[in-house]
Amino acid sequence: MTSLIHDLPARKARSTDTFVRGVLFIVSLISILTTIGIVFVLLQETLYFFSEVSLAQFFLDTRWTPLFVSRRFGIWPLVNGTLLVSFIALLVALPLGLLAAIFMSEYASPGVRGWLKPTLEILAGIPTVVYGYFALNFVTPWLQKIFPQTQIFNALSAGLVMGFMILPLVASLSEDAIASVPYSLREAAYSLGATRWETVTQVLIPAAFSGITAAFILAFSRAVGETMIVAIAAGQQPKLTLNVLESIETMTAYIVQVSLGDTPQQSLAFRTIFAVGMMLFLMTLIMNLLSYYIARRVREVYQ
Amino acid sequence: MPETIIEIRNLSVWYGNFHAIRDVTLPIYRNAITAIIGPSGCGKSTLLRSLNRMNELIPGVQTTGEVLYQGQNIYAPGVDPVSVRRRIGMVFQKPNPFPKSIYENIAWGVRINGFRGSKAELDAVVENALRQAALWDEVKHKLHESGFSLSGGQQQRLCIARTIALRPEVILMDEPASALDPIATLRIEELMQALKKDFTIVVVTHNMQQAARVSDYTAMMMLVEETRTGTVIEFGETQKIFTHPSDKRTEDYVTGRFG
Repeated sequence: MTSLIHDLPARKARSTDTFVRGVLFIVSLISILTTIGIVFVLLQETLYFFSEVSLAQFFLDTRWTPLFVSRRFGIWPLVNGTLLVSFIALLVALPLGLLAAIFMSEYASPGVRGWLKPTLEILAGIPTVVYGYFALNFVTPWLQKIFPQTQIFNALSAGLVMGFMILPLVASLSEDAIASVPYSLREAAYSLGATRWETVTQVLIPAAFSGITAAFILAFSRAVGETMIVAIAAGQQPKLTLNVLESIETMTAYIVQVSLGDTPQQSLAFRTIFAVGMMLFLMTLIMNLLSYYIARRVREVYQ
Repeated sequence: MPETIIEIRNLSVWYGNFHAIRDVTLPIYRNAITAIIGPSGCGKSTLLRSLNRMNELIPGVQTTGEVLYQGQNIYAPGVDPVSVRRRIGMVFQKPNPFPKSIYENIAWGVRINGFRGSKAELDAVVENALRQAALWDEVKHKLHESGFSLSGGQQQRLCIARTIALRPEVILMDEPASALDPIATLRIEELMQALKKDFTIVVVTHNMQQAARVSDYTAMMMLVEETRTGTVIEFGETQKIFTHPSDKRTEDYVTGRFG
């Protein structure tokens, strides 16, 4: 055996392998270095910011007015705006997405599933700026007919439309989670005289629970980071309110507002966007890690 | 003459254009074990799964002929497959407990089938099923642990317990011991013998010795040469099939000359 292995023309193959491995390594290194670079810049600017504004003010103040004469740096109005819009989006996307996933995975014939899933994925490919103007020019006027006190820019319109934007993500990931439940569990349920609905709600969804939860968290993280829709339709008024018909401002919309405005680059006002960006980064990072961790657990159960 | 509980008449099954089994006519006798034997791919599982309409879960399946369960055709229009499966239970090749506790694995099926008794009554149903499946003594101290915590053989007995908890009249078993070690297999076979007092069992098996050991009746299936479609070529008392088969192909198969 040993002599056979030595007789193979191994050298050429090995050098090609080394080359390919090297290229792949460099490419993956570039993406990691880019990430590290971004985090580094973010961190540096954030530290500059916090050398002038205390953490206590950032987390305890309830007003966010860095661009006004009386400057206040309380992050909560922006966090509030972000979470408000995201929760509205989830109220739309979670039930509809889960039902769509159940339909695609358990009820639809292969033919129907064959065109339904790609269609949903096309929905995911619509540029978010289109959703933004759809919210502003279509949904908001319609809301104003039902609730006359609705402001031109408001959280509800942006949240509803964002819900439809993240719906394909929820549906697709939940469908994957439900479809990955072993077929033998469906057989077990049906052989005990379970109906399709009983099988779905009492066997498949509990079995796919981690995967579905991971999908929900990922969708939430996507909603928190979404920028165009809220920049266009939700307004630029950071406030601590739960009134969804009022104009608010999200963290992402604030970053857009400042970076497109005429705020001087080295000013404290401009540096606020890095602090807000860092906050946003940490929020989505934690949620993505959580989703990754939960999704990994489900795979372990069924291996 | 033993009493017939299921009468299969001219049953044919297609998967799309593929004709899997054809013209199967076979009686299933009450309180007996009927084995379905034959070489791989001859439609044994298809035949078994046609007896409680489990086959319908596969897209594109088409069934003709009749399966008379106590005189009523389970394929007649208006018959709900859900109610058929409640009366004719099934145990699968690979143990497939739910990712629930041992207790819930049994209680779930009982509950969805309309059980409205008290907690104590449900406890009794669960205990009886586990006792009847010869599993009670091994799990009574850990009823609320996951069904996955059991060994393969125990999981399979749990699946049997879950099926008999519904008091079906017929239990279909699709190679119930093929994923188990010899000792676990023996326990399943003993269990089958004990269960036939109360239930009628139809078992598909690849294992000739197993068919000879446990069954009272045997149906021999084969692919018919020209069309590669499965059908039953011989049916009779197990002892006769294994000692004096009337079909040459059965003789070749049971004596191990092919298959």
